[in-house]
Amino acid sequence: MNTTILGLSILELSYIVASVTFILGLKMLSSPDKARKGNLIAGYGMGLAIAATILFKEEFSADKWLNYSLILAGLVIGTVIGMRMAIKVKMTAMPQMVSFFNGMGGACAGVISLVEFDQLRHGGEISAGMLIVILLGLIIGSVSFSGSMIAYGKLEGKIADKALPAGQIINIGLLVAIFGLAGYLAFSGHLSMPLMYTLLILSLLYGVLFVMPIGGADMPVVISLLNSFTGMAAAFGGFLYGNQAMLTGGILVGSAGTILTVLMCTAMNRSLTNVIIGSFGGGGAASTKSGEQGTIKEISVTDAAILLAYANKVSVVPGYGLAVAQAQHTVHNLEKILEDKGVDLNYAIHPVAGRMPGHMNVLLAEADVPYPKLLEMEDANEDMGSTDVVLVIGANDVVNPAAENDPSSPIYGMPVVKVWNAKNIIVLKRSMGKGYAGIENELFFHPKNRMLFGDAKDSLEKLIAELKNL
Amino acid sequence: MEEILSLFYENREFIFLIIVSIFLGIEVISNVPAVLHTPLMSGANAIHGVVIIGSIIIMLQADPSNYYALILGFLAVILGTLNVVGGFVVTNRMLEMFKKKAK
Repeated sequence: MNTTILGLSILELSYIVASVTFILGLKMLSSPDKARKGNLIAGYGMGLAIAATILFKEEFSADKWLNYSLILAGLVIGTVIGMRMAIKVKMTAMPQMVSFFNGMGGACAGVISLVEFDQLRHGGEISAGMLIVILLGLIIGSVSFSGSMIAYGKLEGKIADKALPAGQIINIGLLVAIFGLAGYLAFSGHLSMPLMYTLLILSLLYGVLFVMPIGGADMPVVISLLNSFTGMAAAFGGFLYGNQAMLTGGILVGSAGTILTVLMCTAMNRSLTNVIIGSFGGGGAASTKSGEQGTIKEISVTDAAILLAYANKVSVVPGYGLAVAQAQHTVHNLEKILEDKGVDLNYAIHPVAGRMPGHMNVLLAEADVPYPKLLEMEDANEDMGSTDVVLVIGANDVVNPAAENDPSSPIYGMPVVKVWNAKNIIVLKRSMGKGYAGIENELFFHPKNRMLFGDAKDSLEKLIAELKNL
Repeated sequence: MEEILSLFYENREFIFLIIVSIFLGIEVISNVPAVLHTPLMSGANAIHGVVIIGSIIIMLQADPSNYYALILGFLAVILGTLNVVGGFVVTNRMLEMFKKKAK
């Protein structure tokens, strides 16, 4: 066997192994005790595919020293920066970090298309099919990049929700322009670089305008959707190079990401179209109800502590406010103290509590809260009638009764934690501000409810101090 | 039309692979408990970093005097590496917490 064929065989074998590790990795990521191993296995597979490509894809020639050194330099730079960002990021900032890395992948796909298009112009066989693949890679990669960056900025709080007047018409117009231009480039045989850059700019713009008006509460859905976009862009690259590893990896993420997106939408009882086209109304609809609201009752820390200490069963409903205040460890301390006093405590986790499905579980796991204490929403709702005190910590929209009884509310129909079925409600909240969906919450005016204002962590620490004195 | 059909014919094995992979992707994650949604999204995010292979192929095939391809390819390698390394490390950090809890 000559060396080139040997090398290429090793290369293809590595791609098959890598594809298998991706499938296994995703599969293992679906079970709590194997997940970490699954991630590592997929990581090794990725490393193998990268190393094999560098070593065996092309026969080494000395006059390409610049190419090889740039590849290695790029790998080193990317690894150093990526490692630093990933290690430094706080657990609460995970969603935007995922969005950021997703954007990088999208940008990578877009750049690949730009280079390949340029190569086609300098000779090489041109088929409309390959051109379409290149153009789709550019469009989807760019949309994914700019969209992810906007999602990142929004979750970081650097970019506010903003809807352009007639935004939908502009977006549809942009889409028509993008596909019209792509169609022209694919079928006219006119391989113009300026037109390619125009396509790039239009796609980037579409990504921005696509994510811009979508409310913060829907950001997880958008990130998941963009994640599957990047998967598709990677798959187009795989098609272009006839590369199995890229194809399987990309398609797997494309389809798994789409399903995950749908799962998230289901959890919020909304359709994907609704999330993309109809952004939250900014409270306009709900404000009409404000006239019939009652009064708000406050509770002192001492009273709250007594109420908790003498309860048989307490349920904690954590929300994003808990994550922001970094109070996951504090709430775990409160849990231990109450358990010592013989109180039965559990956590009622709404599927989209926090900013991503499962986000709250990750945060509580970080604080060593035992897994069996985390109840999924349906189970928690069944128990609610026998619960003495519900402690709502920094959650708002996920406990809003309007989802059940106010058809005019933008969140009407969304499954919520039915805290009003419990005997007492204590809401820990920073202020009377609106939740992430920007709508009023009549729970705060509920006869059973009392408010404990202040930063979640502060209030919890005061509660713990009081409980110790009891 | 003819071109698209011939593209289909030339790539029939890939198209077969694509269709099977789509169903595989759906099947593989359909039983994920909500607890693992965030790590799963992050893990999937790392896996699509496989796009980096495309950027390496560009660099390997580029003429050493084609600076357009070299510079953009170099940029693409950095972007792809960020996606891969960042993605896997972040996912691992999330999952480490589940491991602690299992004890």
